[in-house]
Amino acid sequence: MSKLTVLDPTGYPPKIAAKPLAPRLDTLNGRTLYLVDCRFDDSGLFLEQMRAWFAEHMPGVTTVLKPISSVYLVDDPKTWEEIRARGHAAILGVGH
Amino acid sequence: MTLEAKYGVPTVAMHTDKFDRVVRSVAEVNGMPDLAQVFVPQPIMGKTPGELRAYVDGADPITGRIVMQEVVEGLTRPRDGARASLEYDRSTPRLVEPDTEENLHRLFLERNWTDNLPIVLPTEERVAAMLAGTRRKPDEVVGRMRSTHFREYWQYTVEKVAVNAVMAGARPEYFPVILAIAATGVTARSSSSSAMASMVVVNGPIRAEIGMNAGTGAMGPYSHANATIGRAYGLLSQNGQGGSVPGLSYMGNQGNSYAYNSVTFAENEERSPWEPFHVQHGLAASESAVSVFSGVRSTAFTLGLREKHWREHVRHLLRGMDPHGPPALLLDPIAARQFVDRGGFGKKGALIDWIYDTARMRASEYWDYQLIQNYVYPRATFGEEPWATNLAAAPDEDIPMFRREDIHVIVVGGETNGYWRIMGCNYQKTEPVDAWR
Repeated sequence: MSKLTVLDPTGYPPKIAAKPLAPRLDTLNGRTLYLVDCRFDDSGLFLEQMRAWFAEHMPGVTTVLKPISSVYLVDDPKTWEEIRARGHAAILGVGH
Repeated sequence: MTLEAKYGVPTVAMHTDKFDRVVRSVAEVNGMPDLAQVFVPQPIMGKTPGELRAYVDGADPITGRIVMQEVVEGLTRPRDGARASLEYDRSTPRLVEPDTEENLHRLFLERNWTDNLPIVLPTEERVAAMLAGTRRKPDEVVGRMRSTHFREYWQYTVEKVAVNAVMAGARPEYFPVILAIAATGVTARSSSSSAMASMVVVNGPIRAEIGMNAGTGAMGPYSHANATIGRAYGLLSQNGQGGSVPGLSYMGNQGNSYAYNSVTFAENEERSPWEPFHVQHGLAASESAVSVFSGVRSTAFTLGLREKHWREHVRHLLRGMDPHGPPALLLDPIAARQFVDRGGFGKKGALIDWIYDTARMRASEYWDYQLIQNYVYPRATFGEEPWATNLAAAPDEDIPMFRREDIHVIVVGGETNGYWRIMGCNYQKTEPVDAWR
């Protein structure tokens, strides 16, 4: 059977450049952990339960429940700056 | 990802399990394949505190490991090493390996390059014929798209648009319209879990030149131009942006049959009592244009406008819409003239004013909608208008469901009757066609 030559329909992806992760902490004890509420589908209620877990199981961790400033589609440098200045680590949730 | 890479804060991202493939893929294409991501069951929405606590205490449904153990380890154990310096180019070839017609059709299906309907194979001859439909050069970049906010943009050229237009069965004379749609950069294959589709309204002389349908059956499968232009838009979107695969790059929970041809039709300018849609957006009536809407999901419909209670009937239709999906009235010319006759709306703007004033609901009810909570309430709390003012309203006070600028009116239909509908959707952009001839 004869063979056909056809064109590839897919677009052109950008180059991927790796971004290093932040150094991890040696311990969470004595550190401030931000629980960042992305304000989607009751995620704040979930993070409240996570905060309760830390209070019960790791009381040496200070937790701060922090909603993002707007919707999750908008970058939030003010909140990120606050976390960098006052916190040591963060949990973001809940993505879907 | 921003917190990790830009601000140097060790972070764990929590997700629901339905999104494991998509969020890992997003981390990968953003250059962070080792990002700490922990999963809990879907859904979060509507669960009691006790149920949510059980998620926290329970196991990650993807890995089977204890959620909080993964969280703590994600913040305290090194995660990346050799891959930290990763950098690579992902290129896509111009040609597919030559094969038989049958095998190529299978290959296109397997690679998710189609909409699962038969396609026309894009041979070099067919693509060259399509390219003859424009003066633009094949290697010119037309635009870029992505399936969601967190994914990377992919680019496409005139030739790539032509390849997808051939696959859709479009004719070369349609190509300037397809290029104009492509130039909007609005994807018809959003990965939103709300199962979005797009809608395209074509205005101006090109409608008649290429035989587009603005009359009977305009939004159905009764015009080669309407059908294949809309299909080309969908195929270009999924291929041009690098995919639309359920569970990976498409998360629309129920899917959306509007996506088969992106509700593509011509406005019935000749039978409309008002100015054409593209003229409202700054173009001359003698110019041709495409206007693209996204979020096309919800529809309400009725027949005509009754003399006695038409205001109430329209109000109820509007109240049936989700307030996060503003209304585009798609009016058969008979219905459009009834709005003029019954309401005195000699200008389209007067009708839009009336719709804005009519679509209201109690503030407490409005703010309780889940999508309003997700997307509008956060903006209101930080002072963005008009929502900040609406947020200050008393719970039993009526407030507008929609912003006036988000309400649109388009005339389409063949006057076989006065049926009309409301499409819940978001206007995105109008792009001139003539520059793409």
